[in-house]
Amino acid sequence: MSGQWKTTAVAVWLVLGAGSAAAAEFRVDVTVPALAVAEYHRPYVAVWVETEKGRHQQNLALWYDQELKDNEGTKWLKDLRLWWRRSGRSLEFPVDGLSGATRPVGTHTLSFAADSPQLATLPAGNYQLVVEAVREVGGREVLRLPFSWPASTQQQALQGQHELGSVTLNITP
Amino acid sequence: MNVKQLAVGTLMALGLGLSVEAQAHRAWMLPSATVLSGENSWITVDAAISNSLFYFEHHPLGLNNVQILSPNGKPVAAQNPATGKYRSVFDVELSEEGTYTLQSHNQGVFARYTLDGEAKRWRGKAADLGTIPAAAEDVKVSEIDTRIQVFVTKGAPTDVTFVPTGHGIELVPETHPNDLFTGEPVAFGFLIDGQPAAGLDVVLIRDGIRYRDQVGEIELMTDAQGKLTLTFDEPGMYWLETETEQDSRVLKDAKRRLSYSATLEVLPL
Repeated sequence: MSGQWKTTAVAVWLVLGAGSAAAAEFRVDVTVPALAVAEYHRPYVAVWVETEKGRHQQNLALWYDQELKDNEGTKWLKDLRLWWRRSGRSLEFPVDGLSGATRPVGTHTLSFAADSPQLATLPAGNYQLVVEAVREVGGREVLRLPFSWPASTQQQALQGQHELGSVTLNITP
Repeated sequence: MNVKQLAVGTLMALGLGLSVEAQAHRAWMLPSATVLSGENSWITVDAAISNSLFYFEHHPLGLNNVQILSPNGKPVAAQNPATGKYRSVFDVELSEEGTYTLQSHNQGVFARYTLDGEAKRWRGKAADLGTIPAAAEDVKVSEIDTRIQVFVTKGAPTDVTFVPTGHGIELVPETHPNDLFTGEPVAFGFLIDGQPAAGLDVVLIRDGIRYRDQVGEIELMTDAQGKLTLTFDEPGMYWLETETEQDSRVLKDAKRRLSYSATLEVLPL
């Protein structure tokens, strides 16, 4: 009897453990597409959360050229013009926990726990995940994926047309 | 010395009639950018007087009256100034975060006259009207107050440089001029000598006139509070202009011509 209890308890614990690890995950996959262009530079990309009315809430990622000397890469941040207006212009660079290097062609995953600093303070409501990409000597593209918070099982996917490949959002409670 | 008396005395001595001359052409400054990020930020500015916008095809804008105010309200020197056949150019280093206002403000007297059958133009102070040759004929004099502005922001927009001076026509932005986007309501206030300018006709023209058949002026009028509201449908650089006239304060039987123009960038969302 006591052995059976023990087994049950372990099983429950395992389920809960698995639940909290995979769970409450907010996963964004951003594909940087391969482009057949004469002069290619990796895109600058900003990823953030806004309310359904477009009010900026939280920055999730910012990829820009951090290799240049004297922080020269920040010169082109204003070309992420929506993000620059909503948030960037009032920040100091680099921003800890936000700034990252530009990414090569391929799919890149951003993963946030529900209790991460980026999401923990998000009030219940309807939001949009915004991904904006701009490329030197190239174009600009913005994709918006709607979601609601707090976390419930949600999946959204959009296909970019020229600067972004697929962008998917997977929320698991 | 009483400037008004002197001016009138001079003109009477010259035996001249006075009339108002309509201002021709469009004067503007065009910055290389209005929204900037990064640390070592510079802009370069073209300055010209032209018919079409924004093309250099007539005359350079003189740089003598160009003033640059930093976001903290400090004067900043224009760098690398040059004046060519059709345009002037200068650079500005943006070392502070915030909004810079660049302006060319011209106050004084403008005259046209004929001397020995040749048309002449004269600009200067009312007190110096006597330097117009006594043999001049057909002298037409007016007091002028011309302001041309451009706004440029590094980082977040600020409004320290928008404090009115009380001279001439001034823009009092309710919507920040470096925060203009298509489809969003924009509100600007206008002052004349510090007082709300009601009923002022304001024209906006988008750049690229060369590539379309119609100028496509947006014609507006300020309300009783001197306020203008509009929504831009198309992104681009816009030339905003307004002018008015009233009786001169320094010249008898002459008009005071006031004008204000600004180059505004509207971004697509």
